[in-house]
Amino acid sequence: MATIELRQVEKKFGQLHAVKPMDLTIHSGEFVVLLGPSGCGKTTTLRMISGLEAVTGGHIYLDGRDVTWLHPSERDIAFVFQFFALYPHMTVLDNIRFPLQAQRVPRDEAEKRVSEIVKMLQIEHLLHLRPGSLSGGDRQRVALARALVRRPAAFLMDEPLGALDADLRESMRAEIKRLHIANNATTVYVTHDQLEAMALGDRIVVMSAAEIQQVGNPAEVYYKPANLFVARFIGSPGMNLISGRYADGVVYLPGDNRYTVPESWRAPLAQALKDGEVIIGFRPESARITEDGALAARVYASDMHGAFNMIHLALGEESNIVNVRVDRWITYALDTPVRFDIDPEGVRFFDPRSEKALRRGGAQ
Amino acid sequence: MTATTLQAEKVAQRHHVRRISDKTIQTAFILPTMVLLILWNIFPLFYSLYLSFTEYSVIAGAPPKWIGFENYRNILSSPLIWKYFALTGRFALLSVGLQTIIGFAMAMIVRAKFRGSGFITTLILIPMMLSPVVVGKFWAMIYNPTFGPLNYLLGMPPPRGPDWLANPQFALWAVVLVDVWMWSPFVMLLCLSGLKAIPEYLYEAAAIDRASAWFQFWRITLPQVAPLLMIAILFRTIEAFKQFDVVMGLTGGGPGDATELVAVNLYRIAFLGRFDTGIASAFAYIVLIIIISISNLYIRYLNQLRGEA
Ligand SMILES: Nc1ncnc2c1ncn2[C@@H]1O[C@H](COP(=O)(O)OP(=O)(O)OP(=O)(O)O)[C@@H](O)[C@H]1O
Ligand SMILES: [Mg+2]
Repeated sequence: MATIELRQVEKKFGQLHAVKPMDLTIHSGEFVVLLGPSGCGKTTTLRMISGLEAVTGGHIYLDGRDVTWLHPSERDIAFVFQFFALYPHMTVLDNIRFPLQAQRVPRDEAEKRVSEIVKMLQIEHLLHLRPGSLSGGDRQRVALARALVRRPAAFLMDEPLGALDADLRESMRAEIKRLHIANNATTVYVTHDQLEAMALGDRIVVMSAAEIQQVGNPAEVYYKPANLFVARFIGSPGMNLISGRYADGVVYLPGDNRYTVPESWRAPLAQALKDGEVIIGFRPESARITEDGALAARVYASDMHGAFNMIHLALGEESNIVNVRVDRWITYALDTPVRFDIDPEGVRFFDPRSEKALRRGGAQ
Repeated sequence: MTATTLQAEKVAQRHHVRRISDKTIQTAFILPTMVLLILWNIFPLFYSLYLSFTEYSVIAGAPPKWIGFENYRNILSSPLIWKYFALTGRFALLSVGLQTIIGFAMAMIVRAKFRGSGFITTLILIPMMLSPVVVGKFWAMIYNPTFGPLNYLLGMPPPRGPDWLANPQFALWAVVLVDVWMWSPFVMLLCLSGLKAIPEYLYEAAAIDRASAWFQFWRITLPQVAPLLMIAILFRTIEAFKQFDVVMGLTGGGPGDATELVAVNLYRIAFLGRFDTGIASAFAYIVLIIIISISNLYIRYLNQLRGEA
């Protein structure tokens, strides 16, 4: 298993930056997910690590070895393509043993490895079919088998579940997680689906506009977003964000609301904010509707999510909407005035100028 | 029945009478083609089949005389004709073999996009657009031992160079060379379209799977192009068995019978000397049956390839 290091790795197509200079270390055995909206450079990053795309700057190290200019075949990395890229003219069996034959692995060794993998992925019954006659999920299993059979130093997966429908995605997701735990192989996984990222990643690398926005474990990117982009992008719906003005321990919010800032946040706010402009953020589950809540709002809409209800509240004008998560039996008529509180542990503050999250002394 | 339905029926009937049915239109469109086909293809086909069982010469003025399988027996027991078949087989093997290798190699080269590759591709295709007789006459000049440029290029100015077309050892090769020159581009064209249809991601996957260039060629490129390559080979084999005009332009079947391919011999029997129409018809049918069986083998193999793909 291998450590992958990117040092100032960048990719330009002409004048356009597909990936701006990027530093990232992926530890041995780690499952790292690259998450971001379409076109943010995830695939390009992965292809640079694999060697399918040449970097235009920086260096890539595999276990300390500089592989920046090595051909993909010299890197000992497996790649699972979004649309599987199986060899259409070969049987499933030939597809899976192709990498072994290419490397002249002795026959009985190859046979042993193929049968192990095939058993693990439960595709024994498909071996003599061609990829064209397989279902999406089975093609995905074959693609995984072809990658696994090599026992490479690292796995790169580019939206491997992107071509599957929702049901199958979920079960294949579990399968990939199980495979990772069983093999403990360094894995870099690209997706634009945050649920997938949360479910799979030891760490998540959130990307946007060709840049890394935040690197952290799922809880960190969810509860402690580094900036407004991550706050909005992670979670569905994203973090509630309301603009206000800070002065003397109080944030003045729309609708004549005054939010008393928790003690531990006062010093950093006073220090960081030049003119008092601030954006306050909290997750829908960090707010609680109570009769004696500090903030006043009125019910704008509410939707059922099955396990819970999401109440949309308007603070003052209708442009300031916050989402609050309540138990599924709680409903409100439209325009009901309500009051709510924000959990002091769940509240975050952002500087509207830099769009960055403010930090409490030390850990945040 | 009410009045209104009666009326509706009348209207429908009137329409039925006046409108031409789809069937009639279909027939009207197909009929002229059918007539032409019958006159020019079907009738001669069966008439020549009939003639192949008769003793008949178009210039003799005597009616065809039924002799059963006599013509076929004569042809199949003639050592000369077996020799010509063997010669044609050899010609087909050499010329199609070389065309396949050269055409495929050229396709591999032209496939890489480089400056002027489009222009070069067009240039390469010119030979196959020329008239075969012209090509034959033209190459006869190139081969000419007194003023042809070939011997000069080979560093053997007259009178030292060989007379390629008059030498029984070289003549067949000379014909093969011209056929290859003319038709390798055709193989190239088909291979090129096959190569261009191979998706790039297969090579990316292969690179990731650590396959060498050689391994990629054998395991991806060749099997992916195989169906089109087989079609090219099929066409060229059929054409090789019918090869006539280039030979006529170059050697006329000579020297002696060194380049007497079956089609040339057939022509000699049918339209020279005694005009043996009956024997020629039988001969033509034998060639036809051979071509059909070879094609069948190829097509069966092709379908097998397709079924696998
Ligand atoms: N070969 C190329 N030539 C020019 N521009 C490219 C090329 N490949 C990618 N790009 C550009 O680089 C940017 C990043 O592309 P990339 O494919 O890495 O995005 P992505 O994050 O994988 O998006 P998606 O989720 O849609 O797959 C995009 O703006 C894309 O248009
Ligand atoms: Mg992508």
